[in-house]
Amino acid sequence: MSDFLKIQGLQARIDADGTPKDILKGLDLEVPKGEIHAIMGPNGSGKSTLSYVLAGRDDYEVTGGSATFKGQDLLALDPEERAALGLFLAFQSPVELPGVNNANFLRTAVNAVRRARGEAELDAVAFLKAVRAETKHLSMSDDMLKRAVNVGFSGGEKKRNEVLQMRLLQPSFAILDETDSGLDIDALRIVAEGVNSLRSPNFSALVITHHQRLLDYIVPDRVHVMAHGRIIHSGGPDIAKTLEKQGYTQFLEAAA
Amino acid sequence: MSGAPTVTQDAVRALEAFIQRSAGHGAALAETGLPTRRVEAWRYTPLRTLADTAWHQAAPLASEAVSTFLDRLPLPENGARMVYGNGRLLEGLSALPEVATQGSENISPLKGMFSATLNAALGEKGLDLRIPAGTDAGLLTLISLSDGDNVSMHLQHRIVLEDGASLTLYDVNAGEGRYIANPRFDIVVGKGAKLRHVKLQRESLTGTHLAIVSANVSEKGEYDSFTLNQGSNLARHEAVVTLGAPHAIVHVNGVQIVDGQRLNDLTSMIHHAAPDGSSRQTVKTVLSDAGQGVFQGKILVDRVAQKTDGYQMNQALLLSEKAQINSKPELEIYADDVKCSHGATVGALDDEQLFYLRSRGVPEAQARDILVRAFLIDALDLVADEALRDLLGRSMAS
Repeated sequence: MSDFLKIQGLQARIDADGTPKDILKGLDLEVPKGEIHAIMGPNGSGKSTLSYVLAGRDDYEVTGGSATFKGQDLLALDPEERAALGLFLAFQSPVELPGVNNANFLRTAVNAVRRARGEAELDAVAFLKAVRAETKHLSMSDDMLKRAVNVGFSGGEKKRNEVLQMRLLQPSFAILDETDSGLDIDALRIVAEGVNSLRSPNFSALVITHHQRLLDYIVPDRVHVMAHGRIIHSGGPDIAKTLEKQGYTQFLEAAA
Repeated sequence: MSGAPTVTQDAVRALEAFIQRSAGHGAALAETGLPTRRVEAWRYTPLRTLADTAWHQAAPLASEAVSTFLDRLPLPENGARMVYGNGRLLEGLSALPEVATQGSENISPLKGMFSATLNAALGEKGLDLRIPAGTDAGLLTLISLSDGDNVSMHLQHRIVLEDGASLTLYDVNAGEGRYIANPRFDIVVGKGAKLRHVKLQRESLTGTHLAIVSANVSEKGEYDSFTLNQGSNLARHEAVVTLGAPHAIVHVNGVQIVDGQRLNDLTSMIHHAAPDGSSRQTVKTVLSDAGQGVFQGKILVDRVAQKTDGYQMNQALLLSEKAQINSKPELEIYADDVKCSHGATVGALDDEQLFYLRSRGVPEAQARDILVRAFLIDALDLVADEALRDLLGRSMAS
């Protein structure tokens, strides 16, 4: 199953005030089943764009290349179909949903995905039981379930809410877009534990980060260096340590 | 509005027919005429589609039709019920709250206002009740049903709450056909009395609803109203509320949900005529297809009405490019020590929020529904009565 997630020559652009701006410029990446990969790269290298394009945000225009997931053409699917297929994106800055109760939202999402996967929906009691078990793991208060989605949440609470959604939706492939940003060390540990506990031969993840720190807790099978819309270097987890010490310069120069 | 430009009378079959039916009470109507777009108050809500029809009085409503309506409406199981069909009380289905007594006053006139003038000319007897001082009359559901084509109904309701009395009125409007429902409410809220007026307007999608409410609120009295405008081809709910004595409290809240080529309108005049009054208004409108929404909200603060606390917020959510909202907030303040704030927003669904929900597996249509509901929820939450809030919530979802 080497073609679990396979991206070939992916090109994408965004409309920046009427002028198209190319962001992904022929990106190649494979993440096999059961592996956790990390992407590191300087600001503006296109890391977040990659995560949005994979999740199906439609303000990016894919202009070339392909992305397949479990053998399906990922780019032809709606965002909700990608979620049902097992893709999950933990957002860097999760949006607030005023007026939408967090517990109702979580249950709606879980049941939408279960329905699409041909599983029975959870009733209110079963759902509450499932969610309580998870919030306890993540050191989240019940209060966060009663509030509107992400409204008034601190940065750390938002990230935990993302991890909570990931745990409840049981994806087979998770993209974590700078989930470590703005987290203190305790929150970081909790988030990392949330990911590590999903580790199995049937779960893969792509961890996008600026810092090597997160990779101390989520040890990746492989690390990719991204710059100018492409993967310019790939290697083992030790690359992260090299980057932390020496910066991106050597990789950028080598790629130039 | 006398002297305002109107459609010339001989071109208006509607007006002729109304005046003929009014048996000598049509002079004011003849003078007011059928307002055109050039009449400021009706600029966004043109009545020209009504002009060519000779609206006649409706035949009594068949009992099978009544039960069909009652079965499909969101109605509470408890409380008293008064049911009107085609402008007539259906006695077998109706009973007033036990504590209520019959009133005997006449409807007070509202000059120059078309809906009131039309109702005054053709008035049919509706509720006429008086809640004795200090008593809580509980819940009264008023159901007004209309059925027929080219017919019009003009119920007149007078509700008097004596000092310290309270009543929750659930005012349900529905029907089938091409008709005009033109109810008028004349409401008096005594000292320390409290009326909750929760209205559901789900008239026929080819019908017209022209409601006008006047409410006079005494010292420390409260008129707490909420209107869900959801039906009719053309609907206007108009409220003229006067805070006539110190420390009166008024809420004129509402939600409008408009699709197709229909128009719903919520127009209000909140008149602070005494000091220390408080008025609150939140109106939210959701528009799809080529739906049109109108909000006209005037707050008038007299010179004597010092320490007035007024708040008005109206927001519209446009779900299509052809949908349209006309919003006209108006503050007219003559007192110098007041707190009045107002705000208006118009927007579309947020793409980022929509994507967030969809990325969690929620199908697009359901995600849209969730966000529309979220937009409306804080307005709906203003309905204090939980059971009625649930009923309106159910109506909004269907």
